Amino acid sequence: MADFNVTKREVGDVSILDVNGFLDAHTAPDLENAFNNLIENKNYKVVINFSGLKYISSAGLGVFMAYVETMRDNGGDIKFSNLKDDVYNVFDLLGFPMLYEFYKSEDEAIAKYNRAK
Amino acid sequence: MKSITKNIRKRFKIKSTTDNLALARNFIKDAALEVGFTEEQAGKIILAADEAVTNVIKHAYKFSKNGEIILSVSFSNNKFSVSISDKGKHFDPKKIKEPNLKKYYKEKRVGGLGIYLMKKLMDEVKYSKSGDRNKVTLIKYLR
Repeated sequence: MADFNVTKREVGDVSILDVNGFLDAHTAPDLENAFNNLIENKNYKVVINFSGLKYISSAGLGVFMAYVETMRDNGGDIKFSNLKDDVYNVFDLLGFPMLYEFYKSEDEAIAKYNRAK
Repeated sequence: MKSITKNIRKRFKIKSTTDNLALARNFIKDAALEVGFTEEQAGKIILAADEAVTNVIKHAYKFSKNGEIILSVSFSNNKFSVSISDKGKHFDPKKIKEPNLKKYYKEKRVGGLGIYLMKKLMDEVKYSKSGDRNKVTLIKYLR
């Protein structure tokens, strides 16, 4: 069984989702639930911290594609931080750096939101 | 001096449910490492195979749980071949256009990424059909 979990933290008005383990077609619905929860709570400024993520397939990337517009339409975004090289490579192969912001650290991603205020 | 790698041929059968993706990945990983691929190279093969199995579950079996998927791996003459076969609905990968992420973003479209990834990650990707069985074969050369 693939293990995956996602937990939410808040830093000011920015929501951090810590994603851990293996994100594939089996576990992607857990991430969708986390996004639905953010939208219910009107938390549109999101940083995904990938430091605990070991694996991602296109099913996982599809979740970010499905939710990013809602976040942006409401003055927020989905920004990515702390990706391991092999996880970043998957995003890169599919051209994500053209449309999403990637940061080395979570703090830099949060700072970008705060600068934009 | 490079050690002589051995030839292998292995088979693994799973049902068409997404909770089996992890088992499928482990099967492919063990085989790829056994024949001498690095962790990084094995990672690419694992991802390509995951995408192929996910496509079978989604498109060939439409998430019905009782479909059968057979994974076979073989290695000889530095050629590592992974084939994924099913008896589900045939789908023509040529009909799936290469994804344009900007367009996808505007249209909120998700999908088609897996086939594109498989092509990027592997040296060759082939589709075939014999009788009621569909097969996708992923090839990577050990260099």
